[in-house]
Amino acid sequence: MFFMLSKRTFIYLLTALGYFLFFAGNVEAARIGDISEMSIGEQTARFFSFQDPAVRYAVIGSILLGITCGLLGSFIVVRKMALVGDTLSHAVLPGVALGFMWNMTKNPIAIFIGATIAGLIGTAVVNLIKQTTRLKEDTALGMVLAGFFAVGICMITMIQQLPTGNVSGIDKFLFGQAAAIGKDDLILMATVTVLTLLIVGIFYKEFLVSSFDAGFARVAGFPVQVLHYTLMLLLAFAVVISLQAVGVVLVSAMLITPAAAAYLLTDRMHKMIWLAAGFGMLAGLVGAFFSFLGPSLPTGPFMVLGASAVFATAFFFGPKHGVTTRWWQQRSRAKRMNRENTLKSIYHVLEDRAFKGESVSLEELKIRRAESFEEAHQRARELAAHDLATFDAKKSQIYLTPDGWQRACEIVRNHRLWELYLTNAVQFAADHVHEDAEKIEHVLGDEVVREIEKRLNYATKDPHGRDIPGLRDVEKGKRMDGAPAETIGYGRRT
Amino acid sequence: MISTARQPTSALGQAGATEAPPLEIHDLTVSYHKKPVLWGIDLVVPAGKLVGIVGPNGAGKSTLIKAVMGLLPLNSGWVKIYGKSFQKNLKRVGYVPQRESVDWDFPVNVMDVVLMGRYGHLGLIKRPSKRDREIARECLDKVKMLPYSDRQISNLSGGQQQRVFLARALAQESDVYFMDEPFSGVDAATESAIITLLHELRAKGKTILVVHHDLPTARNYFDMLLLLNMRVVAFGPTEEVFTYELLQKTYGGRLTILSEVAEAVRQKV
Repeated sequence: MFFMLSKRTFIYLLTALGYFLFFAGNVEAARIGDISEMSIGEQTARFFSFQDPAVRYAVIGSILLGITCGLLGSFIVVRKMALVGDTLSHAVLPGVALGFMWNMTKNPIAIFIGATIAGLIGTAVVNLIKQTTRLKEDTALGMVLAGFFAVGICMITMIQQLPTGNVSGIDKFLFGQAAAIGKDDLILMATVTVLTLLIVGIFYKEFLVSSFDAGFARVAGFPVQVLHYTLMLLLAFAVVISLQAVGVVLVSAMLITPAAAAYLLTDRMHKMIWLAAGFGMLAGLVGAFFSFLGPSLPTGPFMVLGASAVFATAFFFGPKHGVTTRWWQQRSRAKRMNRENTLKSIYHVLEDRAFKGESVSLEELKIRRAESFEEAHQRARELAAHDLATFDAKKSQIYLTPDGWQRACEIVRNHRLWELYLTNAVQFAADHVHEDAEKIEHVLGDEVVREIEKRLNYATKDPHGRDIPGLRDVEKGKRMDGAPAETIGYGRRT
Repeated sequence: MISTARQPTSALGQAGATEAPPLEIHDLTVSYHKKPVLWGIDLVVPAGKLVGIVGPNGAGKSTLIKAVMGLLPLNSGWVKIYGKSFQKNLKRVGYVPQRESVDWDFPVNVMDVVLMGRYGHLGLIKRPSKRDREIARECLDKVKMLPYSDRQISNLSGGQQQRVFLARALAQESDVYFMDEPFSGVDAATESAIITLLHELRAKGKTILVVHHDLPTARNYFDMLLLLNMRVVAFGPTEEVFTYELLQKTYGGRLTILSEVAEAVRQKV
């Protein structure tokens, strides 16, 4: 359902792009390099006004290739074919050179055909090596990648030394120049993007099942091989339309990086596809913008940097798998446990004097925890910061709030229940259970606690003979407001 | 080695008199790198039986299942599902591959996987309908995995993953099921859940072939056993083929397993 909706949205988007394209076509393209004496501010304004058809071409082209690469890249990543994408993108170079030699100009159609054929031959060679020798796929991919690329470089160098023809622009295929995108290029890019969207949209179910479990897909009657080669062909198309803007060397990053970032952020394939397409688009825009700022800056590296930045963000701050997110969660968990330990110690102090008096002094806490005065002070401030206690710095007294008292009761209760459970139900010796309870007291949920209570027949004494605080104790703490002075009045400042 | 493949017993012959047997294999040979893994297999499986396929490592148990389903090229022989070629009877076949055969980090949730069981009935292009989702939910419920339907599949235990695969096969609503080691690496609860499910399927007249690794339990779980070691050593009702002599023939000189066999046979006596 999500997929269908999004597809419709995308079709609107493409229609809008089409109009954009139409109007852009009425103006004669000026080369971006023509104007280079402007300030960065002026350049930025010029970029975002989209007045300049060259800018329009570059931006639309970058967006289109971002979408296509992100979309197909998702399948490449989940099918573990990243190296295949890399090899394919390098293997197209001889085809680009051949396409160029067709009539010694930069004819998008000739280059497209040449590059696609070269890419497919490269893939075929990989398969041939894999099937006829004992060599494994990674070796075959590595060899084909380098071999084809070397042939391509030789051919391009040769072409550049030829006296005839307009050879300007062929070197742009190595690192990409979005500004070199022409109207014909754009039409080709739009065609491939629409084709990719349609095929992936229509056969989403088939691509999904054959990517996840090819054997099962075949038994269910799906043409797994045909689907695989369709994907490879689309992949070749995507690489070829991206060459002009991203360049042969880095195009595989546009396939892999946005999809990898999306993979870190979601657990569903359809969401991953759209996220990857969005990230690809973003990276494309970033690349087009930065290469526009300087007269001869290559686009490819900036696009890949943009994509890598997106990936880095997902890597560090992703809500589920982000490294920083996890670190932050661990840190807050550790801090919470620390606070709970403080509460527990305060409870113990109060318990030792039969709950006489309202507050606990820093001195008492310090002795109880066998820590320094500074550490005790820090603990008191921690509790105060989380509204678990109020801290009177002058008198060095800590007063628990109702929340603090409740949590203290819960923690002590969890600890003692668990000790009792281990000694009674699991037959641990009474002197073996404390360490374990120290850890588990912080993580026992309500349901588990209730279950343990039931199994222990609602016992009230722990294995060491101390009372297990119950609900009534929690309530007692809350009702203390206005109680006689010798009882504990939590949450009140004296 | 002597092949003692048996014909369907008379009782079954009556039940399926009008229809060809769920699985018929004739002279099947499959090889990897010119070494035969299965050699001249002949087999006729009667309908409504729970069949265990046992044999030592490398005996070709999984290969047999994969070859039957056309996932491997055959060197010779043919396979028929209800009298027709596999390709013509796809919808009557359910498949549970080995759990290790897929990447469990794949970005799909439990429901997505079970819905894949409906794909075969949908054919190309068509998307799962509400009815398909309903069926998938029922199948998840049967393996007690309904509460997990939104969970990403890597956040499941091995046993739960196996049950998801089973639910997917149930969603295929087939007549004959091929299961590749559904009991491997699962917890006791899952194992008993699976065996209950298999018995339910059999009660509905389904035919189930299960590759099984554990010899002692094989005797209790299955109606019929196929003892396999490159060739069919024996195929018949469990009580007839689960003998020391035939098991020894199947497992050859593998001493550790032999003692296991001896133990299993002794329990039987």
